[in-house]
Amino acid sequence: MSSDALLAGRLHALLLNSLIEEGQRQLTICNACRYCEGYCAVFPALELRPELRLTDVTHLANLCHDCGACLQACMYAPPHEFGVDIPTVMREVRESTYVEYAWPRRIAATLWAHPYATLTMTTIVGSALALTTALGLRGGAALLSPHNQPGAFYAVIPWLAMVIPAMVASTFILAVLIGSVTTYWRSGRGDSIDFVNPKAWTGAIADALSLRYLKGGGPGCPYPDDERPSGARRWFHHLVFYGFVADFASTVSAAIEQDLFNRLPPYAPISVPVVLGTIGGVALIAGCSGLLYVKLEVWKLHRDRPSPQDVGFLVILDLVALTGMALLVFRGSTAMGSLLTVHMGTLFALYFTLPYGKFVHGAYRFAALLRNRIDEMRADSGSALST
Amino acid sequence: MRPSQHFDGPTMVAAADMTTLPTSLAAAAVRDAARREWDVVVIGGGNAGLVAAITAAEQGCRVLLLEAAERDLRAGNTRHTRNIRCAHNSPDPYAPGKYSVDELLGDLRSVGGSPTNPALAVLTASESESVVPWMETHGVRWQAPLRGTVGLARTNRFFLGGGKALANRYYRVAEDASVTVLYEARVANFDFDGRRCHPIVAGVGEEEIRIRTRATVVASGGFEANLAWLKRYWGPAADNYIVRGTPHNDGSVLARLLDLGAATRGDPQGFHAIAVDARSPKFDGGIATRLDCIPFGIVVNRDAQRFADEGLDIWPKRYASWGGLIARQPDQIAYAIIDSQAMGKFIPPLYPPMRSDTISGLARTIGLDARTLNSTVSEFNAHVDRKSELNPGRLDGVMTVGLEPAKSNWACRLDQPPFFALPLRVGITFTYMGVAVNERAQVLNTAGNPMPNVFAAGEIMSGNVLTSGYLAGFGMTIGSVFGRIAGREASRVAA
Repeated sequence: MSSDALLAGRLHALLLNSLIEEGQRQLTICNACRYCEGYCAVFPALELRPELRLTDVTHLANLCHDCGACLQACMYAPPHEFGVDIPTVMREVRESTYVEYAWPRRIAATLWAHPYATLTMTTIVGSALALTTALGLRGGAALLSPHNQPGAFYAVIPWLAMVIPAMVASTFILAVLIGSVTTYWRSGRGDSIDFVNPKAWTGAIADALSLRYLKGGGPGCPYPDDERPSGARRWFHHLVFYGFVADFASTVSAAIEQDLFNRLPPYAPISVPVVLGTIGGVALIAGCSGLLYVKLEVWKLHRDRPSPQDVGFLVILDLVALTGMALLVFRGSTAMGSLLTVHMGTLFALYFTLPYGKFVHGAYRFAALLRNRIDEMRADSGSALST
Repeated sequence: MRPSQHFDGPTMVAAADMTTLPTSLAAAAVRDAARREWDVVVIGGGNAGLVAAITAAEQGCRVLLLEAAERDLRAGNTRHTRNIRCAHNSPDPYAPGKYSVDELLGDLRSVGGSPTNPALAVLTASESESVVPWMETHGVRWQAPLRGTVGLARTNRFFLGGGKALANRYYRVAEDASVTVLYEARVANFDFDGRRCHPIVAGVGEEEIRIRTRATVVASGGFEANLAWLKRYWGPAADNYIVRGTPHNDGSVLARLLDLGAATRGDPQGFHAIAVDARSPKFDGGIATRLDCIPFGIVVNRDAQRFADEGLDIWPKRYASWGGLIARQPDQIAYAIIDSQAMGKFIPPLYPPMRSDTISGLARTIGLDARTLNSTVSEFNAHVDRKSELNPGRLDGVMTVGLEPAKSNWACRLDQPPFFALPLRVGITFTYMGVAVNERAQVLNTAGNPMPNVFAAGEIMSGNVLTSGYLAGFGMTIGSVFGRIAGREASRVAA
């Protein structure tokens, strides 16, 4: 490694350490107070850790859903001299763990630091690649003509040219995510035995699917108006997540149609892939736009600038869904070829940034929820947390 | 501005500090407040003042609320509360079982002898039943009792997120009910026309305004943050006290009312104080500064001597007695000494304990005489059963034999290094003395006659009900009950 890289690595470690130490300072105040116990999992989990280690801080940071209720309730929040702002310090620690545990770390750090540039560049590169592929393999006439026959999309870009890069990328993404989260898991208190506990898994899955800890203890989280708790953020997040799931299911069903039943796309308006895709697309557009709106409102109301990683991820997801829906609507027209290349470009950008952007929060959050369930079960049975 | 002096109290006017200057928008609100004619002005934006303001506004009154703190630090000591004690006839998820009015009155008598005004105590207890539904109607959310407070589950309800969350909700309700709130507003004076109060003179930021109102509710808290006032009773020792709550409870409005002939209730010397970490901020450290480790070791004073039974009772009783005990020690300082077996058995302290592998080393770290501390610890250990183990869950009856002062529970040898010390000071929570009121919450003068349009609610009148001792969550009960009465009666006067 070059000395520059070494220095950058050391600086990152220093910064991460000081962030975690600040989290430790604030959480020590929380542990002596405990008023926020009813809001979420973070505070009860904190109480199980009278001796708060640095790795505990990263666990709690990933358990935090950033609902913001504790900050509103905190008598020690700035301008109090204790300066407690748990949502902010948890977010900072959490985001640095995304980089800390990613592979390769330097690429992750660069992409994480410049989300807008990365997304713009990768969308352009992706669209250009799609365009080159289309022009090179099928020619300009195919790109600009309407296609209505089975396999219409493949008339513009060959099937293999879509599938092979997507498969390679998916495998890579999955490997990076599993690797990162495994490293993260091992850095905490080691509990490999309980890792396979089915009760913990079902509990954590339920916590994740219901966004249990984004309810602010019942009334909802104080977004965007810090004085009026609402369910807006949780429901928009549900739309994004379940929209994503529906679109994934649509893709799987299309693959089944094509490979098992030899029916090539485009599919009829009333068919499993199109209905699922439409539901998913609409939900994604509503959810991403809603979350962006909430974040911009927060910015307007409290000058709390939204994180570029959040905005970037929501925008690219929104664009993927929008171009996908446009493709559905205009698939019979001459615009189909151009829309397809742009859609491919946004997908390329999404895939490229998945392991190094906001998307990873899902994997870390789930790991933290799983650990939390294991800790709760241990506490209920009266045994201490493993050391 | 006209500084008003009373009991060596501080001037009642805001310092002209650049950071507290109102913005032009706030300045316009201040001028507007001076221009308008108010039905009810409420002084103090904590629980009692908010409840009074909401109640009066719901009766159709034009209400102005004057809050001394800046917006982010509003709501006085309500910010540091977390539960309320109310009678209830049927169980619900947040308050199991029953808690009758009579039982509540019995608990009140058991902690502080008989109330100054038994009729007002009965009124508070019986009205407390309707406080819970009132709070729920106004959007207050509950949570299960906090860990370590199981003993309060039946009698007390916990606010989701604590007192600041409760106050945030009330401010929102008040603003929705068209209550005008002025922050950084310090009341300097009342103008009295015979027995009736007419304009109020208030300093808001740098401006001084006269506010015209038909009725006034005073809910400005006690005087526990006024060390000069406390010194009248406690001498220079008061300088060593730590004030757990807002620095704005300087008693300036109380002093002004007393100047104008209001009668007092409650022991002037009485205050509620606990042991807090000596490293805590002078003001506003709240709950996080309390230390919970006392029963698990010994407590010594500046001279490295024990001075009280550390194992007398469990939380919260043990916790409430130590403020007064430390106040009577030289330099008002003490040190809790524990060994490694006690670590992890109490709520983790805000500041790290001082530590050493030997008692002598610990003495040097905290600046006590090593020989004396060693002999204090050895003497204690010599009077304890060698085999005893700490059992924090209950009064375990494991006591010292033939030691003075005794330790009557959790008496366990200090012999497992490393040893730890936590410095303790007096953390004052609230004062008892306030103004006398009648059942309509009207302030009484020394002749026993009510001031027709001056009402009081909350800590400033809690001395009518609570004479000494402490009943967890009952300050919020008094504030809520009398906040509603004061708001209702003030709106009648204004009509």
